[in-house]
Amino acid sequence: MINSLWLIPALPLAGATINAIFSRKLPRWLVSVIACGAVGASFVVSLLAFFAMQSTDEHHRVFNVSLFTWIPVADFKVDVAFLLDPLSALMLLVVTGVGFLIHVYSIGYMDAERDDGYGHFFTYLNLFIFSMLMLVLGSNYLLMYVGWELVGLCSYLLISFWFHKPEAASAGKKAFITTRVGDFGFGLGVLLIFTTFGTLDFADIFAHAKLIDQSLITIITLLLFAGAVGKSAQIPLYVWLPDAMEGPTPVSALIHAATMVTAGVYMVARSHALFELSPFSSEVVAWTGALTAIYTATIALVQMDLKRVLAYSTISQLGYMFVAVGIGAYGAGIFHLMTHAFFKALLFLGAGSVMHAMNGIIDMRQLGGLRAKMPRTYITFLAAALAIAGFPFFAGFFSKDEILASAFATGHTAIWVIGLITAGLTAFYIFRAFFLTFHTEPRWTTDDRRPLTEDDSHRSSVNGHRSVHPHESPAVMTIPLAILAVLSVIGGFAGMPKVMGANFLEHYFEPVFKPHDLHLAASTEWMLIGASVAAGLLGIALAYWFYIARPTIPVTLARRFSGIYNLLWHKYWIDEIYSWLFVDKGYRLAMFLWQVLDVKIIDGAANGLGRATAALSRVTRSWQSGYARAYALMMLIATVIVLGWLILR
Amino acid sequence: MTVNHYIFLSAILFSIGAVGVLIRRNPLIMFMGIELMLNAANLAFVAFSRQLQSIDGQVFVFLILAVAAAEVAVGLAIIVALFRTRQTVNVDDVNALKG
Amino acid sequence: MSLSVPDLNFRVIAPALIVALTALIVLLAELVTPAPRKRWLGVLGLIGLLIAAGATVGLWGAPASAFGGMVVADNFGLFLTLVILLGAALSILLALDFVRAHRVDQGEYYVLVLFAVVGMILMATATDLIVIFLALELLSLPLYILAAFKRADARSLEAGLKYFLLGAFSSAFFLYGIAFIFGGTGTTNLMKIADALAKNPRNDLLLVGAGLLLVGFAFKVALVPFHWWTPDVYDGAPTAVTAFMSVGVKAAAFGAFFRAFLVALPAFAFDWRIVLAALAVLTMTLGNVAALLQSNVKRMLAYSSIAHAGYILIALVAMGASGLSSALFYLLAYTLTNLGAFGAVIALSDGERERLEIRDWGGAARQYPFIAAMFAIFMLSLAGFPPLAGFTGKFLIFSAAVETGWAWLAVIGVLNSLVSAYFYLRPIVQMYMSEPVPGWDRIRVAPLVALALVLALIGVIALGLYPTPAIVMATGGFLR
Repeated sequence: MINSLWLIPALPLAGATINAIFSRKLPRWLVSVIACGAVGASFVVSLLAFFAMQSTDEHHRVFNVSLFTWIPVADFKVDVAFLLDPLSALMLLVVTGVGFLIHVYSIGYMDAERDDGYGHFFTYLNLFIFSMLMLVLGSNYLLMYVGWELVGLCSYLLISFWFHKPEAASAGKKAFITTRVGDFGFGLGVLLIFTTFGTLDFADIFAHAKLIDQSLITIITLLLFAGAVGKSAQIPLYVWLPDAMEGPTPVSALIHAATMVTAGVYMVARSHALFELSPFSSEVVAWTGALTAIYTATIALVQMDLKRVLAYSTISQLGYMFVAVGIGAYGAGIFHLMTHAFFKALLFLGAGSVMHAMNGIIDMRQLGGLRAKMPRTYITFLAAALAIAGFPFFAGFFSKDEILASAFATGHTAIWVIGLITAGLTAFYIFRAFFLTFHTEPRWTTDDRRPLTEDDSHRSSVNGHRSVHPHESPAVMTIPLAILAVLSVIGGFAGMPKVMGANFLEHYFEPVFKPHDLHLAASTEWMLIGASVAAGLLGIALAYWFYIARPTIPVTLARRFSGIYNLLWHKYWIDEIYSWLFVDKGYRLAMFLWQVLDVKIIDGAANGLGRATAALSRVTRSWQSGYARAYALMMLIATVIVLGWLILR
Repeated sequence: MTVNHYIFLSAILFSIGAVGVLIRRNPLIMFMGIELMLNAANLAFVAFSRQLQSIDGQVFVFLILAVAAAEVAVGLAIIVALFRTRQTVNVDDVNALKG
Repeated sequence: MSLSVPDLNFRVIAPALIVALTALIVLLAELVTPAPRKRWLGVLGLIGLLIAAGATVGLWGAPASAFGGMVVADNFGLFLTLVILLGAALSILLALDFVRAHRVDQGEYYVLVLFAVVGMILMATATDLIVIFLALELLSLPLYILAAFKRADARSLEAGLKYFLLGAFSSAFFLYGIAFIFGGTGTTNLMKIADALAKNPRNDLLLVGAGLLLVGFAFKVALVPFHWWTPDVYDGAPTAVTAFMSVGVKAAAFGAFFRAFLVALPAFAFDWRIVLAALAVLTMTLGNVAALLQSNVKRMLAYSSIAHAGYILIALVAMGASGLSSALFYLLAYTLTNLGAFGAVIALSDGERERLEIRDWGGAARQYPFIAAMFAIFMLSLAGFPPLAGFTGKFLIFSAAVETGWAWLAVIGVLNSLVSAYFYLRPIVQMYMSEPVPGWDRIRVAPLVALALVLALIGVIALGLYPTPAIVMATGGFLR
């Protein structure tokens, strides 16, 4: 079975090729069957490979299948070779499994797309899965780089899929350019690995890593991490991800929640042998993750666009994963990657289902009260929200708890505190989004009297109505939701903390990662669990208080924020504390972070770089004056400079 | 007269030719500048040939003369064709392609 | 005095001879071919190129020199000969219908292409500076005419005039450089120059000569700041001609450039490596930056070809066996990819009206999914996306540079190729995602052009997925 590993990426590639060539001539149902079938079959092969791997001896669960020599260079060669070990096997299952569900969902979601757009969409989706699988399966850095680049290309195509929308076109460009900044680092890292080790093969490199000067390892790992920062949207290269939800929602689910952004985490985990040798790099990874986590969670608090909340939430959750791999808890990082893939895909698909029902409306100021209209979407979204909020026994609870416990146990108390606060913020913003979407008074209407207006002010939009006819999505969309919901509920039991049972996942990863014993007393562990649960519950409770129990508060505070302070009624002391702590200061801070740091500075730098390059391009074009004599003169000057330098030096 | 004098003269001729290319707007005259540059090279070849007591340099001159003649033919053809369509032979007027 | 007849050994120049003979036959046949049958002259030329390719393969593996060491048939030269023949054959395939659509359906077109090919082959295999100069002129003169071949078109004529004036200007520098090298060493033979240099390393005459030679080569391969002719000439010349010269001249001129500097002037390597490294940085950067905002496909590809010259130059700076083989591989990959890209432009033109503005490419993917897909793959290969030929080429060149201690140059190369992806992706997005631009239904894709595209595509993908045979072939090296 393991020798058929090549089938796993080959099947989606075949699907993409067939659809690229024939999709115009084929009926729609066949296009969908080919695309979904290819990924589904790939999932089945992955599953078989997984079991074949598990059936072998525990200490030999690393398989290297070489297909052929790809590039011979001087005295070394790069093979097209696939690596199957517990790490890549789990990634395979997540990518193909979640990817398959998203493919199925897309059949319903993209139904309105015109014919060749439909074919193109599935072509790109399949191509994307292929690229991600190459990235995961490659047994050397060059093959990983191949997947890495192809993933970037596919994300560009998919994000700007609705190219006629200017936002989509520029979002695609931005994603491409921003991640390329990181890719540059990654490319340099790979080159440096090549010069240092004389090979790019994982096994060889990790075997010899201990012999290399530590400062060199630090440089290599930092360069590699730069690539991860771009791909996995961490500070400061995260700016592309919130914009990237301009693509169709299944794309957001696939690329920006479940798979592509996890590439960076996977790469760091894959290179753990290098990162372990450089404490400095590991600290950088952990702190980048922690700061990103809390920073973007704060921004998510004030977003009004449901998909934007989810996008910032993705960045924040990726921050957790980097915390995990930074502090050496690689298994915990991949564990969270897996559970996150379940619940974040579910959240995005749920948001897509809402959009589908609401004629594309995604602004929460125009949603509300959808619970009765879309019961299946409601209940599955709730499962995902509980999972991400860390509600006990849901998937996110176990994985987040393991990360936080590891941070505490390894002495990263500051990171633990940040993570705990972020957990509370996460629970709050996700339930804020949940309540505003599914509960509260409907802020839309089924009649067409009101003209559609773009209304930016918070207050008037709260009362603004739009004419829509919400309805539950078709079964082809809700069944994937249901499956993901089940996974979001039970997915965490694979990695229970020791005090609650056995951590299967840690044992599973033993052939790859050293077992990560926390050395925590049971009481400490219970305390840590209690703290996370408390943070999550507090966040949920506050969101409930705020948006269900006392829904006037946001309006009042919004008024006050616009200058009318004296309208705040001193009713309950909790209002005071809340408004002071979370809203007045917190809201301002979040708004500041978003509007100044995010939009102006970081995003501005990204845009400014683009503008500067464009300006340079215009200048160089102006040199091309069209006058032959000017050209001759410039050639003569250059000749004189060359000759002068050669003779005088 | 040493070989240096010849090379010096050749360098002067070469420079005059190059400057001619730069300052004249008529492609015919510009091309004459280029011819002057080629002949400066010829002069250098002959001078070196004499200094090195080698016949090679003298032979090269004939080859170069043939090449120059071919260049004249091609150049004149292009210039005439251009004059027919544009009614001008000012190179500064020929700048539709730029940017 | 004894008169020795040098060993002529015509076998060694068989490929060039066969092409020259074909050119003469086509020239004569043109006189008796009626106007509607002119394309058969092109077919005749193709046959000649195929035979020449056969002869080249026949010479493979047994390096030999001829004409008193003026020309060699070593694997380096033969590899480039094959690249040149391949490029010429594909561009004739592209031209067969093109010349008719543009109403320049004359047999002379093929004659000029074939003579230029003779010059290119000789340039790639010459080991004597004077022969290199003659070959350079032999390839340039037909190209001046070809650039201006559409006599009724002012843009084509402008391209011809600029190419001619600047080309002749740079030839003069090149020749003057040869004169100084001759004066400094008493020979124009590359190996003997190297010997003379070994005895007398620091030689001002020679430094001037080497500098002028460098300028001449820099012009031909379009290195910044000697590239000025390139965008204008590529833009104005008929597209089939642009396709041909963008690949053929590069292969031939880089061949001679590598040979001259690596065989004759390694003693000065310390001096010229730094100059060339600086030129490589300038070339890559300016080429890519200027291409960023081009709205015209041909100009964009012109700047792109400048940038690619910069990448290849890195291989020359790296020197060594790996530098040499990576450059050869890159030239092969570039030839296939670039011809494919220009071929797609030709394929999607409506008679004389070509779609050169990128914004006019909207909807191409819907009307012509195959051509659009192939064009997209060529663009991705130029951008260096794996697993296509362009990626393998870049990887080989950059690792050759890193291997020889020029890592910083490779870093700039990587950065540049990242930037370049931006403008290579624009036409793809335009074809696949924008609203259709009217008028596509008038276009009929010529079958021969489609054939050329498919051939190029096969090469681009094969060189990306399984480059080993080509890399092995490219490691032959020089006969010294």
